[in-house]
Amino acid sequence: MKFAIALFSAAHAPSSRRALLFAQAALAGGHEIVRLFFYQDGVYSASSNIVAPQDEQDIASQWRAFVSEHQLDGVVCIAAALRRGVLNAEEATRYQRSAVNLDAPWALSGLGQLHDAAQAADRLICFGGP
Amino acid sequence: MSKSLLVISRQAPWSGPSAREALDIVLAGGAFDLPIGLLFLDDGVFQLATSQDAKAVQQKDLSANLQALSLFGIDDVFACRHSLNERGLVSPASAQPLSSEQIHEMIDRYEQVITL
Repeated sequence: MKFAIALFSAAHAPSSRRALLFAQAALAGGHEIVRLFFYQDGVYSASSNIVAPQDEQDIASQWRAFVSEHQLDGVVCIAAALRRGVLNAEEATRYQRSAVNLDAPWALSGLGQLHDAAQAADRLICFGGP
Repeated sequence: MSKSLLVISRQAPWSGPSAREALDIVLAGGAFDLPIGLLFLDDGVFQLATSQDAKAVQQKDLSANLQALSLFGIDDVFACRHSLNERGLVSPASAQPLSSEQIHEMIDRYEQVITL
């Protein structure tokens, strides 16, 4: 089955971890992930500036490793990201901000990518809230 | 044929960016001519309140964006009647009030659902 996965919560929310576990299980079960789309506070789950305490899981870095390892299409909504200060090098330059906290494998793009993924997938699975 | 999508908007317009971000999904889908429905549920029905004064809480007024829905070809706009009644609100003509049973049926009818 083809899944599109949308995430609306930050890396410290249990729902971000649930989404990651779901995505890992989907691939392990032989399914396909057409795209991950991070929206609302989900953009924080892609931030490279998160520092998790040593005895806690670093979900943002686990997301990054997962997307890289499986060469998935990981899209972060650009409007939601700008509003929350999640910027790649290009956007930091464009808006003259000093900090960059988004890099590969994540790509910034628009909401059309969410609709495109939902159309291409058999199932759209959303994760948000606590 | 395109898959249908129902967006359920559950947050008040002044409670953060959620109301606006739900609406943005709908408008983006409309721009792609996708079959999209929008349901206001729980505190989301506050977005339908008339005579809002967004400036008083230093917010942008969302109601103009709501009026843009029909321009984007979004005509399937609904409001939960129970949520409206709980909050003493009346649905404007642009949003069709639905009973809980009708909402259950509608959620079944749409192929995909996003709740924000």
